[in-house]
Amino acid sequence: MSDATATIAPPRPAASDRLKFYGIWIATALVLLVLPKLFSSGGSLTTFSLIGISIIFSLSYNILLGQTGMLSFGHAVYYGLGGFLAIHAINIIAKNKFAIPLPLVPLVGGAAGLLFAMLLGWVSTRRSGTAFAMISLGVAELVASSALILRTFFGGEAGVSANRTKVLRLFDWSFGPQIQIYYLVAAWTLIAVIAMYALTRTPLGRMCNAVRDNPERVQFVGYDPHIIRYIAFCFSGLFAGIAGALAAINFEIANSAYLGAVQSGTVLFATYIGGVGFFIGPIVGAIFVTLLSLGLSDLTQVWQLYFGLIFIAVVMFAPGGITGLLMMHRPLLKGGTLSRVLPSYLLAFIPTLAMVTGLMLAIETIVHYTVNPNEDSHIKAFGVPFDAANPAIWAVAGVLLIGGFIIARKTWARVAASWDDALTAAREKGVAA
Amino acid sequence: MLELIVISTLNGILFGMLLFLMASGLTVIFSMLGVLNFAHASFYMLGAFFGFQISRWFGFWPALIIAPLLAGGLGALVERFGLRQVHKNGHVAELLFTFGLAFAIEEIVQIIWGKSPVDFRVPPLLDFPAFTIFSTNYPAFKMFMLLVSVIIFIGLLLVLKRTRIGLIVQAALTHPHMVGHLGHNVGRIFMLVFGVGTALAAVAGVIAGPALVTQSNMAGLLGPILFVVVVVGGLGSLPGAFIASLLIGLIQTFAVSMDGSLAGAFGPLSPDYAATWLSDIWNVTIAQIAPIMPYLLLVLILIFRPMGLLGTRDT
Amino acid sequence: MRKLALIASIALPMLGGTAMAQETVKIGYIDPLSGGGASVGEGGLKTFQFLAEELNAKGGILGKKVEIVPLDNKTNPQESLIQAQKAIDSGVRYLTQGNGSSVAGALTDFVTKYNERNPGKEVLYFNYAAVDPVLTNEKCSFYHFRWDASSDIKMEALTNYMKTTPSIKKVYLINQDYSFGQSVRTQARAMLKTKRADVEIVGDELHPLLKITDFAPYIAKIKASGADSVVTGNWGQDIALLLKAAADAGLKVNWYTYYAGGAGGPTAIKQTGLNHQVFQITEGFANIDHKTSADFEKTFRAKVNLSLWYPRAVNEMRMFAAAAEKAKSLEPVKVAQALEDAKFEVFNGGDGVMRKDDHQFFQPIYISSFGERTEKEPFDEENTGWGWKLAAKVDTKDTMLPTTCKMERP
Repeated sequence: MSDATATIAPPRPAASDRLKFYGIWIATALVLLVLPKLFSSGGSLTTFSLIGISIIFSLSYNILLGQTGMLSFGHAVYYGLGGFLAIHAINIIAKNKFAIPLPLVPLVGGAAGLLFAMLLGWVSTRRSGTAFAMISLGVAELVASSALILRTFFGGEAGVSANRTKVLRLFDWSFGPQIQIYYLVAAWTLIAVIAMYALTRTPLGRMCNAVRDNPERVQFVGYDPHIIRYIAFCFSGLFAGIAGALAAINFEIANSAYLGAVQSGTVLFATYIGGVGFFIGPIVGAIFVTLLSLGLSDLTQVWQLYFGLIFIAVVMFAPGGITGLLMMHRPLLKGGTLSRVLPSYLLAFIPTLAMVTGLMLAIETIVHYTVNPNEDSHIKAFGVPFDAANPAIWAVAGVLLIGGFIIARKTWARVAASWDDALTAAREKGVAA
Repeated sequence: MLELIVISTLNGILFGMLLFLMASGLTVIFSMLGVLNFAHASFYMLGAFFGFQISRWFGFWPALIIAPLLAGGLGALVERFGLRQVHKNGHVAELLFTFGLAFAIEEIVQIIWGKSPVDFRVPPLLDFPAFTIFSTNYPAFKMFMLLVSVIIFIGLLLVLKRTRIGLIVQAALTHPHMVGHLGHNVGRIFMLVFGVGTALAAVAGVIAGPALVTQSNMAGLLGPILFVVVVVGGLGSLPGAFIASLLIGLIQTFAVSMDGSLAGAFGPLSPDYAATWLSDIWNVTIAQIAPIMPYLLLVLILIFRPMGLLGTRDT
Repeated sequence: MRKLALIASIALPMLGGTAMAQETVKIGYIDPLSGGGASVGEGGLKTFQFLAEELNAKGGILGKKVEIVPLDNKTNPQESLIQAQKAIDSGVRYLTQGNGSSVAGALTDFVTKYNERNPGKEVLYFNYAAVDPVLTNEKCSFYHFRWDASSDIKMEALTNYMKTTPSIKKVYLINQDYSFGQSVRTQARAMLKTKRADVEIVGDELHPLLKITDFAPYIAKIKASGADSVVTGNWGQDIALLLKAAADAGLKVNWYTYYAGGAGGPTAIKQTGLNHQVFQITEGFANIDHKTSADFEKTFRAKVNLSLWYPRAVNEMRMFAAAAEKAKSLEPVKVAQALEDAKFEVFNGGDGVMRKDDHQFFQPIYISSFGERTEKEPFDEENTGWGWKLAAKVDTKDTMLPTTCKMERP
């Protein structure tokens, strides 16, 4: 964990690395520009917009979890309040014909997130660890419940809606079509990502890491961990508010679901699954979880089961998240010994795939028999049609599952062995070099 | 007035005991292993469904014994093959593991028992009103629930304080290495604690199932209230959880019986403010906000007394 | 590697697939198919699929096969909008939804805005169960049609029934604290005042939505008030737990409910033993003495293994087919115009009309009670042995309520 987290705020790069560094940002911007040309349907644009929003939200959460070591169960509070304020802002702007274009509305959301983080954060950041987590849980329940009581502001259960096209137009952009919203979200995502990255490299960012790792020593060097946690919390609220405002602009509605436990849980999931130890981790996690939650329910009826199993698998086998898993290969790549582990991966991949296929087949056939026993047994799951009544399918599922499991266990042991070899070799080379 | 006070007190105690029944297993797991077990409610649900199924085959009383044993066994397996692996990656990993588990259990229950509520009934032996106060009946089943809660409370307390196993468990939590060196199997102790915790959740499920609605969403609907009980009571304190349950039960029940609002106390708001958020606050009754009071209590307790009511260590 | 493949397999069908080949009439069914509301959403899906098969057996609509596209919204308004967008991408021009007024509000909004911004690609929204009166009043839309009676209409029917029932003297209102529960309570107060001024409202309670596990304190209050009837819009576990607590405490009142017949409701009532004390207000139920609907119910139960909760869904699909035939087109705007003021012999018999002013369907409303059956009630519910028995029928003309809708037409 510790050498993984050390890379959150990397040391200042050498001049040659700088080109590479700025190159990455420019490349990202280009990709964001070109993406809608490749996938132009309304659904994919909505998906991209949601991913962008989720990236900002997850990164803001990682300021707490990954960088300052604070586990929050109520981050959606700031996201949701940002969303509500943004919706009200759009309505007020449209009503009074203020000269404020839509792209500036996320600032309102950010301000709201910041303000409420400042208000609610002072007491809760006095404590860390489980106490902080539990306070955040309590605060989240209180705010979510009051959303249903304070009807005039939160619009009750139905929420508050707005029409984003009624705001002042800029360059003849009405912001009606999804493509324009996509560019708005993309621009804000880029700005927010750069800002949050910059934040990790300030002295404050470093002090946050120190507070996470050893608050006593932070006190010894003369800082107050409470203040540092509080400032980090405020920044986190600010960016969560921006994300919430973008979501409100995208859906043109804000309601109590924005503030709820599901939203808070999802961001925790996305961040952790992506990997809290790396700046890029939450971005990967946001993409992965958004795609999963949007797409999985189309592929199978029992998507929640797969959702749960995937998370269990990631937590068990990739504790550093997806990014952590990939970053493990960096020393090998640098040492040039990556090729030594690849064959064992390939070897392990086949039985593992067989095991997963067998499991999926077994789940789908069982589901067919218990949930829809009267329907046609020719079912389709994950786009693949098969006959659930066919005993051969049952046999195949059983063989794949059990056989795959037995062989996969052996092959993964081999992977571990060859991994150790490769790492040792890479280290030796590193020493030699 | 007297009627309302007596009835509310009784209802509050009964509800508090139901809460304690549900939360006792979580106290054991949370305060001893430090695991924020978000799947606790799922084991409670599993208990209810196991109880339903077994009571169909053998009747309610065997179900009350077998269902918790089954669920406890499952819990022990989860600890042995899941949580133990995750344990080294810290509390957040453990918590997410239980999150994922909760998802999976809910869907598995749906696959087996469907999405609609099942017909889980109170056993005929207890299906009569135990006594009547102010013409309100109190069913015998609720008295039984109260009894089970108290038995569990006293039983757990005795086991932890008075028996050798209890002492070893307590020692293993603070000094696992020392206990290991003394020749005890710490891994097995943790597995045991987790198994007992989930079995207690299942006991609550078997008893609450007929009294409430046995449905695949019952775990989700329970929400985080159990964590409130454990934290307010104080980590590591069984009596604390007991008192916190009673406190929350009584607060909520009495709040429900009060119709007071700011408008009632100070007269209606001037019509100028009729459509503002102020009027929302002005007109909300105490009864309406009763269910969020536990969370208010949670926040206040953590701010002013972070170790909880009877806790001995900081959360 | 495996993850990449997984991501690709998930992402690809979402990003591609804009085939617009209209060989079938696709109806996007947006309702919860997972999570807390799944039991209700699944029942609705099976109903619509059954109705689609029925239409297809008769040659479909204008010769095209009807296909129901299930879309899981997890009872979340935002998720519903994403699903709607996805459905539209895959060539769906008709959406149907029912569970949750918040979802319905978001969807009407979305559909109206979408149609404004994409002329020529209009989408219609058929609402089969969201009863918030706002949808056909302040927030009414040309593209929204409602087949269920709004909660105001149901209350109108209920109070018209109460007018003729002098035994009701003291009424207690208990409702969930959100828009629907609020509208039930305000309408009950207003309508009872004009129709039965002598009825005393002895209590008016709001409790949080789906958060109460113990209703005993509420029952204690009802008991203390001396009420003889309780009116409640509660649904899901809130109605089941409320009735259980009442039975436990030995409370003897009549329950006038909106949703006691929902999934799990009959099971709960049977458990409480409240024989013919629980009433519900619906646009139809199984034991109405009407030959064709009874036959339909029989085949439906045999096939789907559920009782028909949504007679209104039958009305919806049949009227949709009739309107498309009348307009000789499947263009949503033309279908919408054909639906306006369409008259229809409803599923359980009687006249129905889709009012042009607000796109609200008006139909006879029934009040029935749940309990032991005689030979007049052939159907039971959820294998409890008990069934719904007719208490009163309120004719279509007695359900007509004025609307404040000012509809903008294309």
